Amino acid sequence: MLPPFQSLLDANASDLHRFLVAAVGRHDGDDLFQETVIAALRSYPGLRHADNLRGWLFTIAHRKVIDQARRRVRQAVPTADPPEVPELDGDAVVDAELWDAVRRLPPKQRSAVVQRYLLDRPYAEIAAVIGSSEDAARQNVRAGLQRLRQEVTR
Amino acid sequence: MNATNSTNDLGERLRFPDTTDGPDVGSLVDAALRRADAEGLVDVGWVVEDTPVGPLTLAATPVGLVRIGFGHEDLVLDELASEVSPRVVRLPGRLDEVRRELEEYFAGRRRSFDVPVDRRLSRGYRRIVLEALSREVPYGRTVSYKELAERTGNPKASRAVGSAMATNPIPIVVPCHRVLRTGGALGGYGGGLDTKVWLLRHEGALLG
Repeated sequence: MLPPFQSLLDANASDLHRFLVAAVGRHDGDDLFQETVIAALRSYPGLRHADNLRGWLFTIAHRKVIDQARRRVRQAVPTADPPEVPELDGDAVVDAELWDAVRRLPPKQRSAVVQRYLLDRPYAEIAAVIGSSEDAARQNVRAGLQRLRQEVTR
Repeated sequence: MNATNSTNDLGERLRFPDTTDGPDVGSLVDAALRRADAEGLVDVGWVVEDTPVGPLTLAATPVGLVRIGFGHEDLVLDELASEVSPRVVRLPGRLDEVRRELEEYFAGRRRSFDVPVDRRLSRGYRRIVLEALSREVPYGRTVSYKELAERTGNPKASRAVGSAMATNPIPIVVPCHRVLRTGGALGGYGGGLDTKVWLLRHEGALLG
């Protein structure tokens, strides 16, 4: 039996939003968050069981990230985004360069890295979200980190 | 952050996102659910309303008010998910009219409710009894379980009437507080006897 959709939102909305903002940036993240909630609500009654609802929700979000990356490629415009000015967040300088690099990763690596480090998820769950084996999930995290190391200078 | 070893602690740096400000998640959820509702995806919308008899969880389908639960939403939402649809989300806008009428009722400015009601949670004889109650027992009046049984043409059914009252999904609006034992003893009430007494006094059906 499926729990009220509300309970999924209560348990996951905050992490879902962090995931999407980390993956695509604030503006698009807010949009994809709403799209994910609506898409999930649309297909929710068709689920056959209530196992791993969190993974199911993040799978939808991951697909939204992939769709957005495809749209980006199709509509690629040669102008660069204005560089983001690092904001002061308490004492820490916001790590804009790193997160820009995260958002340039291929979607699978991006989702895997964000799930692993920002949300602290186990590899089994990451595998379910990106639709791969657990080994492939580790691989995607490793490859993503490697690429970030190359791109991030400091 | 130390610049000399920072590429080694990428994992550590990835724990902190670069954007924290902006609309809070709650308001994004609300906006998404309003859009979902416009697309017909919200089967049950609910809100919790504070009233003189304590918090009430109000829930409505696109047909109408389907459930009023005493207290907060915890128990009611599971019940709605299994009995109506798992597409249950907080949607205050859907309950605006219900909230307005309840507010008027509690302020003493309303004696009957006009909001559409969805009676799908009551079946069979229970539903017949609750419909008779809404139709025949107005504000400020009371009736006994036995009398109500008689009014449904089933004079021996007072026990069944009792269980219909005990399982009334829409208390207050469907006024099961107006049903007493023969002789005037209060009987029971899902929202607690204090609430039943409060409602009857409020309606002037009980003195002192």
